[in-house]
Amino acid sequence: MKILVLAEQRDGKLRKSSAEAVRAARTLADQTSGEVIALVVGPSGSGAAAETGGYGAHRALTVDAPQVAAYSTTAWTKATAEVAVAVGANAVILSATSLGKDLAPRVAVRLQAGLAADCTALRLDGGAIIATRPVYAGKALTDIRITTPVQIYTLRPNVFTSGASSGGAAPVQTQAVAFTDADTAVRVTDVQMGSGKLDVAEADIVVSGGRGLKAPENFKMIEELAAALHGAVGASRAVVDAGWRPHAEQVGQTGKTVSPTLYVAVAVSGAIQHLAGMSSSKYIVAINKDKDAPIFQVADYGIVGDAFEVVPALAAEVKKLTGGA
Amino acid sequence: MKLIACVNHVPDTAAKINVAAGGTSIDKNGVNFVINPYDEFAVEECLRLKEKNGGEVVAVSVGSDAHKETLRKALAMGADKAVLLKTDDDRDSFGIASALAGYIKEQSPDLVLFGKQSVDGDDAAVGGMVAELLGLPSVTVVVGLAIDGSSVTAEREIEGGKETVKASLPCVITAQKGLNEPRYPSLKGIMGAKSKPIEERPAATVPARVQVVGMKKPAAKAAGKIVGTDATAVPELVRLLHEEAKVI
Repeated sequence: MKILVLAEQRDGKLRKSSAEAVRAARTLADQTSGEVIALVVGPSGSGAAAETGGYGAHRALTVDAPQVAAYSTTAWTKATAEVAVAVGANAVILSATSLGKDLAPRVAVRLQAGLAADCTALRLDGGAIIATRPVYAGKALTDIRITTPVQIYTLRPNVFTSGASSGGAAPVQTQAVAFTDADTAVRVTDVQMGSGKLDVAEADIVVSGGRGLKAPENFKMIEELAAALHGAVGASRAVVDAGWRPHAEQVGQTGKTVSPTLYVAVAVSGAIQHLAGMSSSKYIVAINKDKDAPIFQVADYGIVGDAFEVVPALAAEVKKLTGGA
Repeated sequence: MKLIACVNHVPDTAAKINVAAGGTSIDKNGVNFVINPYDEFAVEECLRLKEKNGGEVVAVSVGSDAHKETLRKALAMGADKAVLLKTDDDRDSFGIASALAGYIKEQSPDLVLFGKQSVDGDDAAVGGMVAELLGLPSVTVVVGLAIDGSSVTAEREIEGGKETVKASLPCVITAQKGLNEPRYPSLKGIMGAKSKPIEERPAATVPARVQVVGMKKPAAKAAGKIVGTDATAVPELVRLLHEEAKVI
């Protein structure tokens, strides 16, 4: 099985979610005597392309042209689809990032391929890939099989493990794609990044606050605990709907689905649509005054107590452990 | 402007989901179905664009007769017309996209809006697939939209920030929460929606590209440990996280 992985870079470095995708591809390739080819589209991609070798890519290709100097849905679709055809890929794997989710449906249609989106596991069954993907925001899990000859998968970030890089570099070649101006029908003209804040969907540790915090200014202690843990701030739907926090921080069925290593829910009762978005976290800590709050049903560790006392104490204790760093 | 809002009929986000006998689909019994929450932003944006530029808003859904309830909601919000592309099959995203693309092509709209994902299958795929099938530009996960003549400027949400994206009409947009504040249907709107006809057509059929081989509920978690009832439990909690869970 020949697998093409669309690898993403950020500031010249391979993104963690892409390292995970390359490793997942390699696991499948090893069971089928296959090959993993990484593709990096855009300027200065050779560093990230070489890095994919450390996670199992046999070789890497870069596509660079003025049309892909900035992200363009249409140009990236063309690059990914054309390279997939050129290398004879049986499967194309992307990360279910904002870029991967934007591209995958278009690439799938262009390659007449079935799409399994936001997968949380891939396994082989009689030579066929079975993908596990959560539906209904994780209230159910489906196993699906793509029935077309070429197959597209997007993998949920933070679920597959990349392992440490072997330090090896993949051999990198440039691949020409004949772009025309029509290929940039959709193009990014500006990117505005938040103030260096970690995104809730990407963070290894998330500290979320709910309505039990009583007022928006009380999120300060959530921010302080998140900072002590080097994590991101999340929020329940109730506080986003109340305008206390931006929607980008909302965790749950109409917000973001997160799978961090540690999820700390503070004064979050645990409505079913919130649980759907975070219950796949590896470890869950709940801090809530109400011992009957549903959040305790998914929590590994709980403190039934007043967040206003517990959270500052927890931030202080964490700083003590980590030396305040 | 000719505006099309594609809407889906999905279980309420508060619904408990159980797997039906056969193990490949959900048990719909007793589940309350509503308009997909993200599709409300799509309908609202169409209505606002019509209010500004004139034109017509058509709401379209692919599915069974049950989807008429969601189409009536779109009509009650203010859509001029509703179309049901009827099928009783549970379709994959490509099957839904193909049916929509056929209808949309025939209508030649200026703008097609979707919710950024449907909260049943969570594929976030149909909008992009329709755009690719029709050769149209697509901008997904949009939280800001400005149309000037035929030029489209959209803000899309990305990890930790936003991108400004340019495209031109006709175009496909998928709406994220934050794009607008959907209106509640007025009583007049609700009454009016009852008398507006819903056009029915058979949904075009294509072979499925994805097959569901199994569905199950996620394994229930074992009961957790209550470490304490006040701040004195904090050192023990930190010890557990550090030594037992090894996450800090």
